[in-house]
Amino acid sequence: MSRAEQQRNAILSSVKAALGAGPDDAVRRSAVEQRLTRHPRGTIPARARQDETALLDLFQTMLEGQGAKVTRAAAPGDAVRAIAEDLRAHGLPPCLRLGDDALLRSLPFGAAALQLRFGATHGDDRAGLSRAIAAAAETGTLFLVSGADNPTSLAFLPESHTVVVRRADIVPCYEDAFDRLRAIYGEGSLPRSVNLISGPSRTADIEQTIVRGAHGPKWLHVVVLG
Amino acid sequence: MSKASEDVLPQAFKAGVAQALADEDLQRALLNVKRGFIAKRAKAVAKLPEFGQLRDEGRAIKDHTLQHLDLYLEIYERNVAESGGQVHFAPTSEDARDIVLRLCREADARLVTKGKSMVSEEIGLDAHLEAAGIEVAETDLGEHILQIRGDTPSHIIAPVIHLNKEEIAKDFVRAHAGLPAKRPLATVEDLVAEARAVLRQKFLSAQVGITGANLLIAETGSSVIVTNEGNGDLTAALPGTHIVVASIEKLVPTLEDACTILRLLARSATGQEITTYTSFTTGPARQSDVDGPRAYHVVLLDNGRSAILGGDFQDMLRCIRCGACLNHCPVYGAIGGHAYGSLYPGPMGAVLTPALYGIDQARDLPNASSFCGRCEEVCPMAIPLPSLMRRWRERDFDRGDPPWQQRLALKIWAFAAKRPRLYRALSGALMPLLARAAVGKGRFRRLPFAAAWTGTRDLPAPQGETFHTLYRKRRQP
Amino acid sequence: MTEKAAGTQANPRVGLFVTCLVDLIRPSVGFAAVKLLRDAGATVEVPPSQTCCGQPAYNSGDRGDAAAIARQVVETFEGYDYVVAPSGSCAGMIKLHYPRLLAEDVAFAWRAAALAAKTFELTSFLVEVLQVRRVDARFAANVTYHDSCSNLRELKVRQAPRLLLGSVEGLRLTELEESEICCGFGGAFSVKYPEIATAMADAKLRDVAKSGAGHVLAGDLGCLLHIAGRLARDGSAVECRHVAEVLAGMTDAPAIGQARKAE
Repeated sequence: MSRAEQQRNAILSSVKAALGAGPDDAVRRSAVEQRLTRHPRGTIPARARQDETALLDLFQTMLEGQGAKVTRAAAPGDAVRAIAEDLRAHGLPPCLRLGDDALLRSLPFGAAALQLRFGATHGDDRAGLSRAIAAAAETGTLFLVSGADNPTSLAFLPESHTVVVRRADIVPCYEDAFDRLRAIYGEGSLPRSVNLISGPSRTADIEQTIVRGAHGPKWLHVVVLG
Repeated sequence: MSKASEDVLPQAFKAGVAQALADEDLQRALLNVKRGFIAKRAKAVAKLPEFGQLRDEGRAIKDHTLQHLDLYLEIYERNVAESGGQVHFAPTSEDARDIVLRLCREADARLVTKGKSMVSEEIGLDAHLEAAGIEVAETDLGEHILQIRGDTPSHIIAPVIHLNKEEIAKDFVRAHAGLPAKRPLATVEDLVAEARAVLRQKFLSAQVGITGANLLIAETGSSVIVTNEGNGDLTAALPGTHIVVASIEKLVPTLEDACTILRLLARSATGQEITTYTSFTTGPARQSDVDGPRAYHVVLLDNGRSAILGGDFQDMLRCIRCGACLNHCPVYGAIGGHAYGSLYPGPMGAVLTPALYGIDQARDLPNASSFCGRCEEVCPMAIPLPSLMRRWRERDFDRGDPPWQQRLALKIWAFAAKRPRLYRALSGALMPLLARAAVGKGRFRRLPFAAAWTGTRDLPAPQGETFHTLYRKRRQP
Repeated sequence: MTEKAAGTQANPRVGLFVTCLVDLIRPSVGFAAVKLLRDAGATVEVPPSQTCCGQPAYNSGDRGDAAAIARQVVETFEGYDYVVAPSGSCAGMIKLHYPRLLAEDVAFAWRAAALAAKTFELTSFLVEVLQVRRVDARFAANVTYHDSCSNLRELKVRQAPRLLLGSVEGLRLTELEESEICCGFGGAFSVKYPEIATAMADAKLRDVAKSGAGHVLAGDLGCLLHIAGRLARDGSAVECRHVAEVLAGMTDAPAIGQARKAE
């Protein structure tokens, strides 16, 4: 038996012994199987059980409370204008890096004279643009997944992060967002990273004073499209 | 500068207490901090009417998981492997350190970035890696500050609560090489900006990133970290290798279970609805990724957890390390984290430290409590902390360990209390004597055998005859 | 005479659990409790075979002695309709901890549970069981009330003492800003870790000073001895009394730790 196997056995047998687990584990295995297959939800906060308009308001209020800026854009043109304006307001050059995301690529950037770069960032870009695959209204939380469409580095390295989310992708609670991911990636599977983002980076480590841009973006701009 | 590579063992308690009580800066910091966290948590809980229900559900999830931990561990391991990662089992701290070092060597690591991880401190990981010639960069701002000071955390979620910005500025000047001496470092914003720039270099050049895990999810083989800074994500996403170091009780079965616990965690810790970043990582980069680590490892640490399982202290394994008990504990509020001399301070530390290191190493911790019960009241996992501390006192008593003077006093008291007539006779005779000794003053500034009290407080004297004597005399109809 | 709401239970038989601190240090609290209970229509008896609730042994880890004392208390008091203590700490011990302590004792487990069900702290008994709403007492002073941890967190007693104090003529109650924080007594804790206990007392004293009150009242004598002792050492003029004494109108005796004024 290899060292790794010995170590594995040491922990598992120690746990089994502590629990008094016998060799016939049928009942226990069944309980575990059930829970994993059914993955039952716990209590969903009432605030997530409202109509669509109220949820959108909640989503915005929560994000703004956490220091993000939220823009509602009825049309793609509005979105692009808002994004360009936001960069200007922060004194940033009119330049964005984004991934392969089809929706983002279809936005009329030309109209706002924004310069675009594509692919993952290595730290030189000051503004990143991503699309959230879903968002949970309950706490103003964006769900971003890794991949070529929206490289993870765009959400963390640039000073400014803009996230576009379709109005229809804003769901009431976290569980609804995960159900969407299950539909895309399969039961029991997730992409390399799922980042739940609820505001710009901050720290309160020094004298309990809140400061933005601790390591991640100083500014988060969320654009709700549609 | 880090501690020597060894398990962190608890130090002497009373010396630490005296120092902490005399430290005015610490006392000021503790006052602000505990009031901040207490008020914020209360506000967050008030805004979520379902909090009580969620707490019951969180407790049930953890209890269920613990009862089936072996099975969930196997499933978790399988799912990590399916996603392209690898799980390594580490029965002891030493095993964990050695595994991480080996993985770092395999990745040709010269520099390792680290997210905040209590477990990595528990096993003394930093010192072990540094002794092997690998540079370790703590990236959580508080942990970075501790690292450059060679200091230890004084709170499990706010590690440098005991420091003010002037001290930190001095540390930055000393430790951040190559920057102009007269640069602005007067404000907290200045300090954060400098740390951001300095650590950015580390993030981008590290070969290995090591994080802890707030939760491990069996269903998907995922690990979850919560931060406000985003340093955990930069640590996990940028280097070629990501190593997660986590203890086995961090496991929960499903994504839904993770959601329930996440609703409790930030609210209990800082009063936020949710932390800025809550990140689920599952395996290494896929074909479709253009960034992310090519290798993903999880080191699962036991280090005494399986010994706690199935025993008197199993409830302690529900702990999600939120720190609410510390924030609300009046003892912690008076002495801060360092005085406990243990990596895990406050009420949760008072129960966990003896469980991990033995009651003989840590007997003061469960004893230095007035059992006020606030910890249990605010614990999101409903851990009965005072009862568990009392159980440690029982173990301690059964081993004959309390100081002999305390044992003797207790035994004398119990002897009399079990014999009402003797008790009446003794107390009936003694109390009037004491009352007479204090006549004209009503209290004692000094009294033999009561120095522990009268050192700092006057001791009110008995009124005179005992109640039972007087009642018998007056015998009202 | 006390006023109560109509329809109270006729003449319940109450066993008074005096508590060791009241018995030894401040009997006036016991007599105040007797008066309040009798005025409210209860028959009060004081079984002489009581000594202590066993908490010192229990919290020191001496489960054996604690259980022995608990059995003694159960035997002494189980014949009464109710057991009432002028102390949240002792009432809490009997109500919450006896059933746990004696859970494995086949003979006593259910008897402990039965006793727990009819054991009460004094003010909550007066208000919730005897339906007392007012007392006939006068205490013209600015007071503050300290909630003991056992009253607050074990027994959930908070409104009862305040309701009754509200009816005391001339009394003005100012709440402490941080009334939920432990004073640092904690039984043996106060002498095992005196520096920490004193630091906690000092925090409470600062809170008292902020309230501007001249008197501190509480439902537990342990807290009061600790707070009064530190106030006196500090040279403060603030006085401490047990809430029962004020409610019973028995405030002629010197405050806790004070001497009779010069003859």
